[in-house]
Amino acid sequence: MLRGVLGKTFRLIGYTIQYGCIAHCAFEYVGGVVMCSGPSMEPTIQNSDIVFAENLSRHFYGIQRGDIVIAKSPSDPKSNICKRVIGLEGDKILSNSPSGFFKSHSYVPVGHVWLEGDNLQNSTDSRYYGPVPYGLIRGRIFFKIWPLNDFGFLRDSPNGHRFSDD
Amino acid sequence: MALSQGWVKRYFKAFCKGFFVAVPVAVTFLDRVACVARVEGASMQPSLNPGGSQSSDVVLLNHWKVRNFEVQRGDIVSLVSPKNPEQKIIKRVIALEGDIVKTMGHKNRYVKVPRGHIWVEGDHHGHSFDSNSFGPVSLGLLHGHATHILWPPERWQKLESVLPPERLPIQSEEDCLRGSP
Repeated sequence: MLRGVLGKTFRLIGYTIQYGCIAHCAFEYVGGVVMCSGPSMEPTIQNSDIVFAENLSRHFYGIQRGDIVIAKSPSDPKSNICKRVIGLEGDKILSNSPSGFFKSHSYVPVGHVWLEGDNLQNSTDSRYYGPVPYGLIRGRIFFKIWPLNDFGFLRDSPNGHRFSDD
Repeated sequence: MALSQGWVKRYFKAFCKGFFVAVPVAVTFLDRVACVARVEGASMQPSLNPGGSQSSDVVLLNHWKVRNFEVQRGDIVSLVSPKNPEQKIIKRVIALEGDIVKTMGHKNRYVKVPRGHIWVEGDHHGHSFDSNSFGPVSLGLLHGHATHILWPPERWQKLESVLPPERLPIQSEEDCLRGSP
């Protein structure tokens, strides 16, 4: 009787470990479903939207300008941020001062990317904490699955192209 | 004829079952628990690679210890290089968030480490590409904590978390909280 229970428990633990490992490999190397929260990517991604993220691009270093990526937050490694890639390494980033008087530019350093949310008025992004190291990028979002009236591939940035590549 | 076909099919089934169990478990173990890595370069001499190019140390990297991004000053850690995401670098943690560091060769003389970042340096100052070049690094780039040297056998040892006294932070987060000047 006890042997039966023990046997069943070990089998259950074995299956849990096995499926846990498969889930880890799937999310780490292929992709997974993610729920986004916050207003910083409106109107492209609203609060509580469910999207599909793929993690192959970052392993093959194929992230491009205009991609929406999930990255670890530079100031809090346990939380994730969801922003659009505006510039890659070497790009010139034009920044406007609030009065529009001074237009300065800076270059994205090697190994970093410049991230901005689509909702420029309500987004804490690279304009606040600077360029983000490429190693913090977790995956690329390319498909929205909820809400159903917005099902499909994600749109281009509503802010136009603000990057210039030299 | 029928007997050998049945044997092949059973073997194939067993192989697939083993493959789909063994590979994910092994990959998850190496990603999340611990893995082994060879150290190259002279930036951590004399703690690692004292023999230079003659022999490279092989260290045990513990991922499980840093799963919550908890490190102490003096730990030897591996992280994704902020300048080249394809490379991992191994350095010692000198300062944690909130500490003020006196830098050696950085453009600013004193740097306060921002929230969620750490300051890392190689033990071989001057021959090390570390925070003195690229500034504080985000904790999200942390890869593992090097705990032991596994090879060559005459260098088997546990790596200690010691901070050289001349590299202590000028002011640490605990000092700020305690209210000392």
